[in-house]
Amino acid sequence: MAEMAQPSHGHDAHVPELVHQFETVEQQREAGTLGMWLFLATEILFFGGMFCSYLVYRSLHPHAFEIGSHLLEVKFGATNTAVLICSSLTMAMAIRSAQTGKSKRTIITYLVITILLGLTFIGVKLYFEWYHDYLEHIVPGFGFQYHADWGSSGPMVQMFMVFYFILTGIHALHMVIGVGILTVMIIMAARGRFSSHYFAPLDISGLYWHFVDIIWIFLFPLLYLIGGRYATGGH
Amino acid sequence: MSAEHVVSVRLYVVVWVTLLIFTGLTTGVAYIDLGVFNTVVALAIAVAKMLLVVLFFMHVKYTTGIPRVVMVAAIFWLAIMMSITLADELTRGWTPVAHAWGSGTLLPILPHLLR
Amino acid sequence: MSTAVAELPQAPSESSVNYLNASYGIKSWLLTTDHKRIALLYLISITFMFVVGGVAATLMRIQLIQPTGAIVDPETYNKLFSIHGIVMVFFFLVPSIPATLGNFLIPMMIGARDVAFPKLNLLSWYLFITGSICMLYAIAAGGVDTGWTFYPPYSSTFSHTHVIAAVAGIFIAGFSSILTGLNFIVTIHKMRAPGMTWFRMPLFLWSMYATSVIFILGTPVIAITLFLMALERLMHVGIFDPAVGGDPLLFQHLFWFYSHPAVYIMILPGMGVISELIPAFSKKHIFGYKAVAYSSMAIAVLSFLVWGHHMFITGQSIYTGLIFSVLSFAVAIPSAIKVFNWTATLYKGSISYNAPMLYALGFIGLFTMGGLTGLFLASLATDVHLNGTYFIVAHFHYIMVGGAVMAYLGGIHYWWPKITGRLYPDAWARFAALVIFIGFNLTFFPQFVLGYLGMPRRYAVYPPEFQVLNVMSSAGATILGVGYVIPLIYLIWSFKYGPVAGPNPWGATGLEWQTPSPPPTENFEEMPVVTHEPYNYPSPEVAVGG
Repeated sequence: MAEMAQPSHGHDAHVPELVHQFETVEQQREAGTLGMWLFLATEILFFGGMFCSYLVYRSLHPHAFEIGSHLLEVKFGATNTAVLICSSLTMAMAIRSAQTGKSKRTIITYLVITILLGLTFIGVKLYFEWYHDYLEHIVPGFGFQYHADWGSSGPMVQMFMVFYFILTGIHALHMVIGVGILTVMIIMAARGRFSSHYFAPLDISGLYWHFVDIIWIFLFPLLYLIGGRYATGGH
Repeated sequence: MSAEHVVSVRLYVVVWVTLLIFTGLTTGVAYIDLGVFNTVVALAIAVAKMLLVVLFFMHVKYTTGIPRVVMVAAIFWLAIMMSITLADELTRGWTPVAHAWGSGTLLPILPHLLR
Repeated sequence: MSTAVAELPQAPSESSVNYLNASYGIKSWLLTTDHKRIALLYLISITFMFVVGGVAATLMRIQLIQPTGAIVDPETYNKLFSIHGIVMVFFFLVPSIPATLGNFLIPMMIGARDVAFPKLNLLSWYLFITGSICMLYAIAAGGVDTGWTFYPPYSSTFSHTHVIAAVAGIFIAGFSSILTGLNFIVTIHKMRAPGMTWFRMPLFLWSMYATSVIFILGTPVIAITLFLMALERLMHVGIFDPAVGGDPLLFQHLFWFYSHPAVYIMILPGMGVISELIPAFSKKHIFGYKAVAYSSMAIAVLSFLVWGHHMFITGQSIYTGLIFSVLSFAVAIPSAIKVFNWTATLYKGSISYNAPMLYALGFIGLFTMGGLTGLFLASLATDVHLNGTYFIVAHFHYIMVGGAVMAYLGGIHYWWPKITGRLYPDAWARFAALVIFIGFNLTFFPQFVLGYLGMPRRYAVYPPEFQVLNVMSSAGATILGVGYVIPLIYLIWSFKYGPVAGPNPWGATGLEWQTPSPPPTENFEEMPVVTHEPYNYPSPEVAVGG
């Protein structure tokens, strides 16, 4: 026993990316993918707590939420939805490039476009939406002002804006984290770490990026399109 | 698992275009008066978009087993949380208030139950 | 191979390289990715937090010796019970068995070299430490007085204590739980040794799997809920403030959506430990393996459907209350299935009363009492009388201390020879188990009576007629405290001076007993192959006692 202190590994130890606790690269990849899916399940419930609160207050105060929703600009929400959908396509293409053994230049190009689209999203959010909301005094906690025509709905309009900022804020935080992850992926790609045999980190990052896109796909109608826009014709 | 399956560029582009059309559609529908169905349509389109992303971009269509179970479980748990919480929030007002009990009859509860 | 347990050469553990002596120095511990070392890091950390929570409890019991309060003013008392609750729930009980025994045993029980994500595992520990430091800061800076439930609007508007720091600690420690649960689920799915099918897994793994499901799906909800509460406290935007149309009960819904399942985070791992101890010390196959395994999963699911029984008297809709009441009765069924199966396992078993077994038997009795009194509280009308009294306090301490902590101590005693390679003095251990059992009952049984008589919880003073029962309770707490100190002393002693244990001192089955004690860094000399079900003890007539 003593001479076997360093246990012999019965697995393909020559593969550089295989870490010691796994037997095969396949097992390692499956573990990573399952881990990310479980994390996304956690994320669903994390956002779910906010969606649940939103749902409760919207059910109890539909009119105020409609007023609040109409304070937002559909054109920015819709543009950002399109931007994120495009970034999901380029993300999927980046993974596909690795999968089909394309050059690292191709992979990096797709990743850079994805990041730029992500930054566009954050930029639109920050400047055209949040900053202008601040100027219009509709940011709760930062000089929020009730409008006379809201009537008694004022506090609940503010409640809508609270959830608007919490939901979009935490979503934007996820975008920033996503940009960070993709930056790491670019570095890994530049070092030639990915091949058609091994691209698991890229695949897993892609799952995260698409998930953040899905959250926005729900946020857009839930925040921007309440009660339709026909009454006011939008902004 | 998904790694071996390569999705064609064509399919990716089709999914992408469909998603963009859906985005335009959901925005456009908001400007038409459908009553409560505005929300229903908006959410139906959102679910359709989610499924497209999950099935094709996230490769769940080419995956069996666990990811599907994980997603269904998470959404099921979310549904539990929302439905029971909402069940309370929407029925809380039905509770007859104390002075109604003091009147010596159960009749005051009836309008609430029949509502 | 998982046969021929007893014939393993009894190699003296000193001469072989194991996970404890593979490398030395503080850095080799703080940067370790070995699941066994991380388990020990957790063991030390949560023991420290247990002491912190225990000190608060001690001060509370001293205070309540006199009806007018013996030592502190009511405001300090509020802080004491809040600190006791927060620390014990979030920083001791939730991580207790999963993070220590779970971390140590899951890879060994399934025949793996480590968990799926060792670095993530270490990150979990650092998150836990960061969260603990936030909480300790909140205590040192002056404490927190909201109770462990943080109900707004008191917590969000009126409390002048360090709510934000405490909440931040729970938020961060919550992510430690999530990542631990994620790691365990992936490990159990993807890392099982050849032949280790789902129904050949020890029942401890089933309960850890069910616990991990709750970690994954419940913990994020408490994180976001406390985040919203903290935001409300900082910005006063009305999220849970009834003055501007917010709903404080919404907070309670979201809080208990996690915190009721959290009770099962505490008890399910305990049930898993008991399911290992009972067969090992009865030398019998567990009765109804699949029923016990499935009941763990049933508990994990049902636990998410009953949270509203914490809100029967807080103004929740009575119609929802009815549904929650029915569902709460339903969750008793899988728990009862387990108790019946453990009892049936004992029947005609070759029982040996070693220390771990004493804890296991104590668990069954105390958990049954805690569970049955839970039914009182699940029925709407009875709950109106008993809610908010010491009856509740007694009930959940029978589950959390009589159940979870007894199982934790039983598990620690059972696997201690595996963890350290040393035996502890069994006579002392049996004595301590007995002291803890007596002390526990003397502390908490009077509280059932107190609660039934109407003494409310969370008060620093009480009417004089309750004094006799309160003094009994405080006396019991003293005995309980002594009972906790004894194992601390002899376990530390045994770490250095205890006799060498050998690979399998109990003659138990299971992969973890087929490798040297302490185990080598990668757990097994060669990859084990599993060929049969767990708990394959020989028939009682020919069994040799441990």
